[in-house]
Amino acid sequence: MTDILQIRKLKKYFVVGKNADGPIYLRAVDGVSVDIHEVETFGIVGESGSGKSTIAYTVMGMYKPTAGEMIFKGQNIAMEVSRRAHHLKKELQIVFQDPGSSLNPLRSIRQLLELPLRLHNVVPPNQIEEKIVELLEKVELPPDYMYKSTPSIGGGEKQMVAIARALAAGPSFIVLDEPTSALDVSVQAKIINKLLDLQQELSLTYMFITHDLSLMRNMANRVAIMYLGRICELATAKEFFEQPLHPYTRMLLSSIPTVSVEEDRMKPKKVISIGEIPSPVNIPSGCSFHLRCPESDSRCVKEDPEMVEVRLGHWVRCHQFPSTYSAGEQTMPRPNKF
Amino acid sequence: MEPLLEVQNLHVWYRVYGGYSKVLNGVNFLVNKGERVGLVGEAGCGKTTTMKTILRILPDQVSKIAQGKILFNGQDILQMNGNALQRIRSQGIAMIFQDPTAALNPVFTVGEQLSDVIRFSLRSIAQRKVEKKSIKQVAMQALKDVSMPDQERILGTYPIQLSGGMRQRVCISMAITTKRELLIADEPGTSLDVTIQDQILRLLHELVKQQNTSIILITHSLGVAREMTDRIYVMYAGTMVETAKADELFANPLHPYTLGLLASVPKLTGGGIAKGIPGRLPDYRNPPPGCRFSPRCPRAMPVCEFSPPPFFDVGYEHKVACYLFQESRND
Repeated sequence: MTDILQIRKLKKYFVVGKNADGPIYLRAVDGVSVDIHEVETFGIVGESGSGKSTIAYTVMGMYKPTAGEMIFKGQNIAMEVSRRAHHLKKELQIVFQDPGSSLNPLRSIRQLLELPLRLHNVVPPNQIEEKIVELLEKVELPPDYMYKSTPSIGGGEKQMVAIARALAAGPSFIVLDEPTSALDVSVQAKIINKLLDLQQELSLTYMFITHDLSLMRNMANRVAIMYLGRICELATAKEFFEQPLHPYTRMLLSSIPTVSVEEDRMKPKKVISIGEIPSPVNIPSGCSFHLRCPESDSRCVKEDPEMVEVRLGHWVRCHQFPSTYSAGEQTMPRPNKF
Repeated sequence: MEPLLEVQNLHVWYRVYGGYSKVLNGVNFLVNKGERVGLVGEAGCGKTTTMKTILRILPDQVSKIAQGKILFNGQDILQMNGNALQRIRSQGIAMIFQDPTAALNPVFTVGEQLSDVIRFSLRSIAQRKVEKKSIKQVAMQALKDVSMPDQERILGTYPIQLSGGMRQRVCISMAITTKRELLIADEPGTSLDVTIQDQILRLLHELVKQQNTSIILITHSLGVAREMTDRIYVMYAGTMVETAKADELFANPLHPYTLGLLASVPKLTGGGIAKGIPGRLPDYRNPPPGCRFSPRCPRAMPVCEFSPPPFFDVGYEHKVACYLFQESRND
């Protein structure tokens, strides 16, 4: 397995105010390191405010990272999109959460799909029409949809157009930022299955962001869970759902409503969830989760746990799991001080 | 069990350009005293329209109640005059809306909005005068009941100063502060994170149990309905398609729509998701004359296309509006 994207100690801080000590930062992403393999679906889950969308937008180059590295196919992409090489823009594409606001309602679908084709010189101008029909076919929309505008079609179809637009440039890496959270389950099922088919067909790598854990189970190969700008646990989907280790993961898993007895058996013992996610402007000391953690002790208040590999490929950031492998994050070069 | 709310053959239309959008098409349902009823359906199937019709808060300019009866304690809400309606809204039925940010007025403090609810729930004006002083106490207690910390301070804050979970707690406290017979919760956790949704639903569950209030929980999540309610109605395109006890419905779903919906839900056990339900909701301006699900139904028969199916009883309080189960009626 080769890595398509390597993220090292990525940080993204936003300035939200100023006081006597200097600017006040909102630490949206606070030191994230992950490797994303080629042709896999890498899932990121977390509550709102955990920084999952910020990672996606930073990868896409919508934000300039505050610190850290991002290496995509051997090339540095830790910069905003305007400074990236042209061929890299084409490789990285994104599908947003709400197709109603990510697609211009005044443009026809033809115009929406034509733009990336022209920008990236995907096909010669006289073949653009054929290519649009082909793209629509890929997402199972009839060719005459190219003359419609987005307000006249359903929510699921809109998202299909957004997917076709992402595919237009011929990318190898697609960020899916909650692509189905605005849709009904029966439509969601269609979109998810289509995305999985397209991944096989076109060898795509997905970075899949959602807050829906059940959906993640069916979509992702590996899952990372985020809390206040950091990854708490990272494992293969099977292990993540069958042997969750971090107390936060168990809290989330035990809170999700399910529809069958088999699923109930899979849920960890009920962890009563307390409190809400704190503001990323005032991240608690020590382990950032200790305020809501039912298993926290005095150590958690003071010391910030390191990310440790408990089993091969299963990483956890919690004091309950002492470092067994000393390799990994600790040996990585320290990033420039922020 | 005594029936508390009975909706009979309700038809509600919206005025749209060039005619009517016939959204509700003969909705029938029943809520007994002390019962927790779930109403499940996808976006646009008329869940919220039904509930707003019960409270009569649909604006008259755009909507028309074409036909039907809504009996609350035996009285028809649709025939009531202003005063009687006001009494129903202030003492009989409370509603928690989906989006707490839109439900709370941004220019009044939480305290002002909460005390209004308490004041208007008191029966007479004289009583309102006497109890004026104690209203603050009641309001603080209401916030305490929904496990809000620091009640005194919260009463003086504006909704914008609170987080989404806190705002929803305020809405719930308004709904439960005075004892109501029926509580309508319209997707109370949808705009919130799973852990917060879990907290809100648990809270609602406990409060309802204490006060023995009936509750209608509207949700698009089958999982929430399964864990929170006693009996579930499945709704599709303005009609009820199936109703059963929560356990029975998930153990033995019958209607093709329910089956399609259940298969589309991603499971924690993994193993992929079914292909979903083909097609989309019918155009309400010109809906199919028969079963509204028939154009999308994998098992549609000729009869489905021209005559809407009534509820067929299949036993164990399980009813299905589908001609496939016509025979089992006499069992």
